[in-house]
Amino acid sequence: MQKRYLSVWFKFLLPNHLAVSRPELKESPLVITVQERGRQLVKYCNAPALLQGIRLGMTVADAKALIPAIILEGYREGSEQLVLKELGEWCIRFSPIVAVDGTDGLLIDLTGCSHLWKGEIPYLRDLLDRLKAKGYQVRGAITDTIGSAWAIARFGKEKAIIPIREQYRFLLSLPPAALRLDILIVQRLHKLGMHRIENFIDLPCSVLRRRFGEALLLRIAQALGNANEFIEPISAPEPYTERLPCLEPIRTAKGIELAISQLLESLCIRLYGEGMGLRQAVLKCYRVDGQVVKVSIGTHKPSHHTGHLRKLLEMRIARIEPALGIELFVLEASGIEAVEVSQQAIWANSSEKDEVMVTELMDRIALRVGKNAIQRYLPQEHYWPERSVKAVSNLDEQASIPWSADRPRPTHLLACPEPIRVTAPVPDYPPILFIHKGQKHAIKKADGPERIEREWWLDTGEHRDYYTVEDDAGRRYWLFRLGHYQGQQDQWFLHGFFA
Amino acid sequence: MCVREKQKKIISQLRRDIFHLEGFRPESESKSLRLGLGVLEDAFPYGVFPTAALHEFLCEQDEDAAACSGFLSILLGLLMQNQKPCIWISSFPMVFPPALKIFGIRPDRIIFVRLHRDRDILWAMEEALKCNGLAAVVAELRELSFSQSRRLQLAVEHSRVTGFVLRRDVKKINTTACVARWRISPQPSLLEDGLPGVGFPQWQVDLLKVKNGQPDSWNMAWTPEGFVFDRQEKTGEFPWKNRESIQTGS
Repeated sequence: MQKRYLSVWFKFLLPNHLAVSRPELKESPLVITVQERGRQLVKYCNAPALLQGIRLGMTVADAKALIPAIILEGYREGSEQLVLKELGEWCIRFSPIVAVDGTDGLLIDLTGCSHLWKGEIPYLRDLLDRLKAKGYQVRGAITDTIGSAWAIARFGKEKAIIPIREQYRFLLSLPPAALRLDILIVQRLHKLGMHRIENFIDLPCSVLRRRFGEALLLRIAQALGNANEFIEPISAPEPYTERLPCLEPIRTAKGIELAISQLLESLCIRLYGEGMGLRQAVLKCYRVDGQVVKVSIGTHKPSHHTGHLRKLLEMRIARIEPALGIELFVLEASGIEAVEVSQQAIWANSSEKDEVMVTELMDRIALRVGKNAIQRYLPQEHYWPERSVKAVSNLDEQASIPWSADRPRPTHLLACPEPIRVTAPVPDYPPILFIHKGQKHAIKKADGPERIEREWWLDTGEHRDYYTVEDDAGRRYWLFRLGHYQGQQDQWFLHGFFA
Repeated sequence: MCVREKQKKIISQLRRDIFHLEGFRPESESKSLRLGLGVLEDAFPYGVFPTAALHEFLCEQDEDAAACSGFLSILLGLLMQNQKPCIWISSFPMVFPPALKIFGIRPDRIIFVRLHRDRDILWAMEEALKCNGLAAVVAELRELSFSQSRRLQLAVEHSRVTGFVLRRDVKKINTTACVARWRISPQPSLLEDGLPGVGFPQWQVDLLKVKNGQPDSWNMAWTPEGFVFDRQEKTGEFPWKNRESIQTGS
């Protein structure tokens, strides 16, 4: 069967993509800029900008001079590929073989597909119309070879669908750039007056090879179908879902347990093979009475460990009400992440195994009592005691600054400082007596004050003067006075207990 | 006579097995397991701090609890030398992590779990004690019945993780399966002569109950160099004798 290829060209891929989510960008001139050798250059622009004289590769300063109201957007490396991959996955509805082509196009092998649309004309029209409806400005061409499809999609002026084995005729009038040549070869061809493909396509091979190298011959052969060219198709992501229909409705906990282990086993084998791990999963139980019972689990780290996941799901069995029976179990992995590859078996050192065990323990606790029950504390660059630690819930995050131990800090800190009554006759000296919860403490030893200023950019109020004090029974406290010494009106607080 | 010898042998073997289950290691392998707690370790059989066991700490007031946390952090620091993390379960965490640094512990290696009901705390503690990827598990509890403590002790025997139960506001001191019962109370701080201010923290460490060991009490201070024991009070009363009696008696 004669191969047929469709090349789709997105003339304004990224500007169009931006306009999909932000329709206000559709009509106004927009450029996507990139930093290159200290200059801001125009990487892509949209149709209105092109009409008003913006050219690719010009500096942003020039573009602004042309259109003062131009909208600038930063370019992110590799974003074309992401957009194209997404579009390519969508295009799999037209043909099973779809590939990303460079940075501005898609390539579809439609051999044996177009009859479903009753011919190539409705096929192409349907595809382009749908892409245009999404907001992309596209052109497409169908020919026998990848090279000629590429050329006609971008440079063709007559027809979009070239009949079988006629690409030669339609290529003749196109410029040399249509052959996907290196820019240097194109320039050399123009210099020699070969402005169209017909000027050189029939020259003897040896002549062309001597002057332009092997690349030109290869490209000509590919465009005409004399040389093979391969494409790397996008594979559609298969959803991580497992189904288990039951012949007899299941009503017992044991039955549910068995179903869970069967589902997990097949899911985990697949996850293991792909090096992925599960972060979130939903088990849907379709009951005979038409209801769907859902239970979900989550893990701290991606896991494909069947035993662990089964344990997590089994903790949830009590919540599954089978009623008249469950006829279908569906296990959907809604969160999937790549597992950090660890050396297997013999090389596994104990700490890695320990880490897995600890995360699995954390998963179980989190499942029972909620994720925010688990916290670690990391130091933060603040002197204000309440802000000096940051609670994090993941187990991997490392401290960005070292813990400091140069200032005395209490072992126990009260979440809310408690007001106390003190006798402090000498200004800026520690008190000689304080009363907390009706108990009198005579102070024998004291350190301080350590003044901690309030961070004015975060909140307002007075500073604190902290004293470390020890009473007659040897108990140690952290007290502070709010603001400056004023005699009787001073506000004193107890903020912590030292070990 | 021969029968009695045999019985004696069996009894000593049984006792050794029980010790092993309770987390005490015999002298021969204990040399490397000494945590560096000084005379404190001598109160335990074989003179080694039982690591795979459940310890109970009593604290009545907030000040005691703070002292207890301090002492416990030192123990945790020693236990966590093998780079394993530890878990601290409580209903209302009071511990201020930056303060733990001076007790020789990296505060970010402690995982704090905040649970509200005692039921959940016990469940989490049991689960955690079963996980031998941990160095130690600390739980703050109000009540601990004998059967609950037995469950925890069984979990510990399996995984060889050290468990600490901090009991606040204990109404009635009941029997538990814990290996040791401690009480830490703050004492006037240790100062070098003539210096003003507050010195190094000092506590009265009461070992109220210890299985097969000798309950005792020490005054000890924590300095950056390590423990300092107040030897004057207790000279001659360290349980050397008792320790020997265990060895010779068995």
